[in-house]
Amino acid sequence: MTAHLLGIDGMDRAEIEELLDLTDTFAEIGRRPIARVPALRGRTVATLFFEDSTRTRVSFDTAAKRLSADTLNFAAGSSSLSKGESLRDTVDVIASYGVDALVVRHPMAGTPHRIADWTDASVINAGDGSHEHPTQALLDAYTIRQHRGALDGMHVGIVGDIRHSRVARSNVLAFSALGAEITLVAPTTLLPPSLVGWPVRVSHDLDEVLPSLDVCYLLRMQRERITEGLIPSVREYVSDYGLDAARAARLPADALICHPGPTNRGVEISAEVATDPRSVILDQVVNGVSVRMAVLFLLLGSGRELVDKAESVAGA
Amino acid sequence: MAERERRQTPPFGGVFAAHARIMDADDMARAVSRMAHEVIERNHGLDLVVVIGLQTGGVPLAERLADALDEIEGIRPPVGSLDVALYRDDIGLRPVIPEAATDIPVDLDNSIVVLVDDVLFTGRTIRAALDAVCDFGRPRAIQLAVMVDRGHRELPIRPDFVGKNLPTRRDEVVDVHLEGVDLGVMQK
Amino acid sequence: MTIVLRGGRVIDRSGERIADVEIGDDGRIAAVGTGLSGDTDLDASGCVVSPGFVDLHAHLREPGQEDAETIDTGARGGALGGYTALVAMPNTEPTMDCAAVVELVRTLGRGTACEIVPTGAMTVGRRGEDMAPLGELVDQGVGIFTDDGTGLQDPRLMRRVMEYSTGLSKRLGRPVVLAQHCEVTALSAGGYMHEGEWSSRLGIPGQPAESEELMVMRDIALVGLTGAHMHFQHLSTAGSVAIVRNAKAAGLPVTAEATPHHFTLTDAACASYDPVFKVHPPLRTDDDVAAVRQGLADGTIDAIATDHAPHTDHAKELSFDLAPPGMLGLETAFSLALDGLGLDLPEVLALLSWRPAAIAGLSDRHGADIQPGSPANLCVVDPEATWVVSGRAMASRSSNSPFEGRTLRGRVRHTVLEGQPVVVDGEALR
Repeated sequence: MTAHLLGIDGMDRAEIEELLDLTDTFAEIGRRPIARVPALRGRTVATLFFEDSTRTRVSFDTAAKRLSADTLNFAAGSSSLSKGESLRDTVDVIASYGVDALVVRHPMAGTPHRIADWTDASVINAGDGSHEHPTQALLDAYTIRQHRGALDGMHVGIVGDIRHSRVARSNVLAFSALGAEITLVAPTTLLPPSLVGWPVRVSHDLDEVLPSLDVCYLLRMQRERITEGLIPSVREYVSDYGLDAARAARLPADALICHPGPTNRGVEISAEVATDPRSVILDQVVNGVSVRMAVLFLLLGSGRELVDKAESVAGA
Repeated sequence: MAERERRQTPPFGGVFAAHARIMDADDMARAVSRMAHEVIERNHGLDLVVVIGLQTGGVPLAERLADALDEIEGIRPPVGSLDVALYRDDIGLRPVIPEAATDIPVDLDNSIVVLVDDVLFTGRTIRAALDAVCDFGRPRAIQLAVMVDRGHRELPIRPDFVGKNLPTRRDEVVDVHLEGVDLGVMQK
Repeated sequence: MTIVLRGGRVIDRSGERIADVEIGDDGRIAAVGTGLSGDTDLDASGCVVSPGFVDLHAHLREPGQEDAETIDTGARGGALGGYTALVAMPNTEPTMDCAAVVELVRTLGRGTACEIVPTGAMTVGRRGEDMAPLGELVDQGVGIFTDDGTGLQDPRLMRRVMEYSTGLSKRLGRPVVLAQHCEVTALSAGGYMHEGEWSSRLGIPGQPAESEELMVMRDIALVGLTGAHMHFQHLSTAGSVAIVRNAKAAGLPVTAEATPHHFTLTDAACASYDPVFKVHPPLRTDDDVAAVRQGLADGTIDAIATDHAPHTDHAKELSFDLAPPGMLGLETAFSLALDGLGLDLPEVLALLSWRPAAIAGLSDRHGADIQPGSPANLCVVDPEATWVVSGRAMASRSSNSPFEGRTLRGRVRHTVLEGQPVVVDGEALR
């Protein structure tokens, strides 16, 4: 069976920690004079982005190149679909290039899961609609671990548009699996319609939550949420949920400020807070490459499926 | 036995069962000491020498070799560690997981690198190590020290410093640990 | 040619008995009794002989989307599912909103394995802006009007359509039925599954149950105002069932249907992200499923309708938002009703046959009691036979069954349309 990374959902603590441990190795490679190893020589990693995201695509592309894999980039806008091509047609065309891993970004939840049913390549979810963004959660967990040792008992506040955030969904699953306590901070219109089964607390008062946080995770606030009538104005959002210097002063001295990028300076985070010493936003970017190298290597190079096969034979 | 070795032993598991003690702790100490003298003699001192142990079995030996060099010359050369898992030529054929840190403490340009491993077998690990070392710089020379050379080479690689030459069968396994060296087989 | 359905358990509205049923060459039932003889014998031992089923809600895709289904293949699937009449939804291309298209559908339906009963759209092009020529369509014999695929959003226009329809009953000879797809799109737009625990977890934008319930409430209020006969299509929420129950208790002229998928599947199925589980209204929660079953059991919901909605593989091989909603239903409805509802067989047959026949104004031909002189539109079902669902094996041009691979109990053995066998031993003859 081909191995995929479709979401944090379904991963247990041991699996997440295995990936984070492996990430250390790849972080070290990134600091070498020649930041490249031949581990995936001859393998092909394709990025298939149905939604524009230069940052995530470049991060995966860099990770693949540091492992010596060949890379292909498909920016599949809505054009091919509007020509009557089904998603499966698009995937079949790309698979015909002999692709070993397919890194998929799509504006709709579950699309990478569908694609995984249709291809022999390993599928990596690089963000599916409002569902999951597993490598973001892994790099976030890695960054927090790097600065604070472990997530056990940490209090993480996730602030902003949880409802539409794949980052929030993956982070809630990953952080809670690693032992953190999570508080979602948002107006009700930006929370999911149901939180049944979510291991979280909810607050509508950022000021009250800030002093107890070990990590303040700010989500990107998209301006179209206003036209959708979910919040009255950017001004009101900033006033209630924006992290400015005054609010940042309420955070403990050893707290971390995280953001998945790109930041809206002056909206969810003020310019001065973005450069606060507690801000680890650039570390997140650097760690993103290391985590993605670990994921690519684990799926394509580790031979993990050979171990599984041998064990299943031995067990049979 | 090292995790790396366990995973690499077909079919990826088993228990090591020793049937002969090849070297005891004193034998090993004498071998390390002799190799240290050879390293100094060969390189006319330790000026350019950097000792790099291959993860995982070569790392403690590299430390012991550096201690021995220190004892003789009064200088402890820089010691590094190298995990060559990502340079192996059998990725995709056998399970490979990098398990341990790579730490090269100095610039390798113009240095004399002494690679240290516990057992020299097919030579493929050393081939990978040569590639890896070259990604960190351009040494003047690379030399190889191993505690046991068990034969069965698949590549044109020979060691410069050997603790013991040990003829083995292909299916046997050599286990180097602190108290000595054992020869045995893997059992399911 | 005369046919005898031999040795079956005959069940209709009037009761049940073990008997042979003899069908004359005039397409009517000649005799019901024992030891009857005819030119052809069809074995019905161990089986149930029932009036043929009537589906109030089938998308036959012709004209316009013949790659997904044709009237011919849809009718064949219907016959294999025990149906003798299919009410064809008007969301074809062009829309069934004028005499010409209705006539085309009726013509294409002749000689197929089911009687095809065209509906008419309530508004031109189903756009919800201008009233369709209801009078012209009534003169064509159309008795059910619907914009199915979407609900009529504008309450003012809905009121006018209701009022206008009441004046056409005399021309039709029975009450004109307005069938509503209940969905307030202002609330549901951008949602692709039921809004709740699962949608929140899966990250698929949802449609709240209230988007259905608000329109049920609105239309019931307007029924009070206008006296029109309102039929609620594919009820899917506990709230809708409760609202309709109250309206019926108040004596209002409303009827309702529910689909097999809404009483067997829940929104949890969407966790596979396979759009074969995407349907409008969406699959709901366990509580909603229980309420729909209860509604069918206590008579709040009058009929089982399939909402048979074929889509090609190609169309469903899209992301969940872009894939069209809908699932096959004709060949699985009987088995799902038999196993899924916990009702006695006569109750199940009532929901599939004579009650929907009455709503569609077809009681003179379908769902009639099995007695000499009745039109011979019948099916013979084996309640104990088991089979494995395969979309590919179905008569439909499409294969989008959400029950793929499931083993179901209850299988249609023979279907007789207007005295002619159209399915014999599970094989379609037309």
